[in-house]
Amino acid sequence: MTGLRAHAAVAGRGVDIEIDAAPGTVTAILGPNGAGKSTLLSVIAGLQRPDRGRVELDGRLLTDTERGLAVAPHKRGMALLAQEALLFPHMSAAANVAFAPRSTGRSRREAKDIAAHWLDAVDATALADRKPGELSGGQAQRVAVARALAAEPQLLLLDEPMASLDVSTAPALRSLLRRVLRTGQQTALLVTHDALDALALADRVVVVEGGRVVEEGEVRQVLSRPRSAFAARVAGINLCSGEIDADANLVTESGDVVYGASDEVLAPGVRAVAVFRPTAVAVYSELPHGSPRNHFPITVAEIENRGDLVRLRGEEDGHHAALMADVTPAAAADLDLTVGASVHFVVKATETSIYPVFN
Amino acid sequence: MFVILPLVAMLGEVEWSRFGALITSESSVAALKLSLKTATASTIVCIVLGVPMAAVLARSSFRGLSVLRSLILLPLVLPPVVGGIALLYTFGRKGLLGSELEMLGIRIAFSTTAVVLAQAFVALPFLVVSLEGAMRTAGQRFEAVAATLGARPTTVLRRVTLPLVLPGLLSGAVLAFARSLGEFGATLTFAGSLEGVTRTLPLEIYLQREADADAAVALSLVLVVVAVVIVVAVRGRGSAGTL
Repeated sequence: MTGLRAHAAVAGRGVDIEIDAAPGTVTAILGPNGAGKSTLLSVIAGLQRPDRGRVELDGRLLTDTERGLAVAPHKRGMALLAQEALLFPHMSAAANVAFAPRSTGRSRREAKDIAAHWLDAVDATALADRKPGELSGGQAQRVAVARALAAEPQLLLLDEPMASLDVSTAPALRSLLRRVLRTGQQTALLVTHDALDALALADRVVVVEGGRVVEEGEVRQVLSRPRSAFAARVAGINLCSGEIDADANLVTESGDVVYGASDEVLAPGVRAVAVFRPTAVAVYSELPHGSPRNHFPITVAEIENRGDLVRLRGEEDGHHAALMADVTPAAAADLDLTVGASVHFVVKATETSIYPVFN
Repeated sequence: MFVILPLVAMLGEVEWSRFGALITSESSVAALKLSLKTATASTIVCIVLGVPMAAVLARSSFRGLSVLRSLILLPLVLPPVVGGIALLYTFGRKGLLGSELEMLGIRIAFSTTAVVLAQAFVALPFLVVSLEGAMRTAGQRFEAVAATLGARPTTVLRRVTLPLVLPGLLSGAVLAFARSLGEFGATLTFAGSLEGVTRTLPLEIYLQREADADAAVALSLVLVVVAVVIVVAVRGRGSAGTL
């Protein structure tokens, strides 16, 4: 058992992604829309041929463009769960779940038992005789999970399975997936753009941006110490990237110096990032005087009321992603904030951590 | 009102005492039999030709696809008489292919085969449009999912694709059958009106109108009943297909 090793390059979409997944682990592929996540899944599932690429699952070579090898999708031992449930509309829920075992040569009786088992596993036994048209979105997606698992896939591919569900049904499906995926038996790839999905379901996370892997690692590691702008955004952390100068501070591409703390030795010239939480940011309309503090002139682009806090989001200025600050409603009222207002985000050096980006 | 009133007017003209005799007269029965036979044959021709056409229109994408679709749908908007003339200049004795076929001893114009061809020509678009719609709704995504679940292409076809497009195919076939049954212009032009050979029910009605108006009305009623049965059959199958 060697798990999955895949490389897919699709020139037309500007995608060149390499990904590994150990057996029995769940790997989240995190990235913005259009980053190439779904293309990667299509290539792995054999639904799309890459311009260059190689897919190997548990030692079996499935795609190899150099040898002109492309194993047909139905012989790959994978199952795909997409955004929409895509249950076959002319079959009952039970027949949908029994579809994979029937297709792979199990007897009618065996397939029925397997279907009953998996419907039970997703708490959908009561839905067995319903047609997909009679199911709600959440119910249909549950049945689709059972259908995918009933195929007993060596690799389960999940393409944003929660994306088309509303906020009230998504958590239930998330905990269901957690139950069936985190058994240590199932190898799975989970495409998502939601940090919650990654935290709840995945062991490792691979962040994809613009068709390339920009960072990978353990979920908690990546989300607490992000090295890419996207990971920082989904984790809700501010991130500035740049290079380390002679004083072990970070110099951004626009030439601003960011002071911070680091628990690693920072050699000059190393590429690094500085991160700080939005709650650590103080907002001023006039720049205050003070000791080692970082300050960023910001044009407010968005003001979002989050109940006990107000989140301000600055405009992106090309040098760093939009910075965020959380202030109390009282402070927001004092500052008389409006979209388009010019303010200063100030953050203490002790609240800022700097660490190198390995690439 | 516009639809119902003429039908009611016609019903009022039916001479019920002679109705049975009128529709069972020798020429009427011959026409009815011929109509059913040729409409069935042309429906089969439509299925054989139309299924691949619909598959191409629904599943492929290449330049000129919309032009091809327009061409296939052309008989839908063409006057049937024009279609008949076109067929005559293709398969007629002096037609494009007719002279070659003549040398092989095959004569199509003014035969029962001509009736079938004329009907298929005008009915084909109905089947193609209906089936293409069904194939589009069925979508390739279900097939992709089925494949990743381990189903061989033949299994996918048998258990996913066909069941999904079958309602569309059925309603398309019924519509093609109905259109064939009612065909008049192209049949008269291309096949003529020989009793028992090419004189279908609509042609019989048209001729009887001169000789015995009551017989024409009685036979019309037969076609109305057939049409109503067909419409109910298609509607009853739900909203499958696009027509």
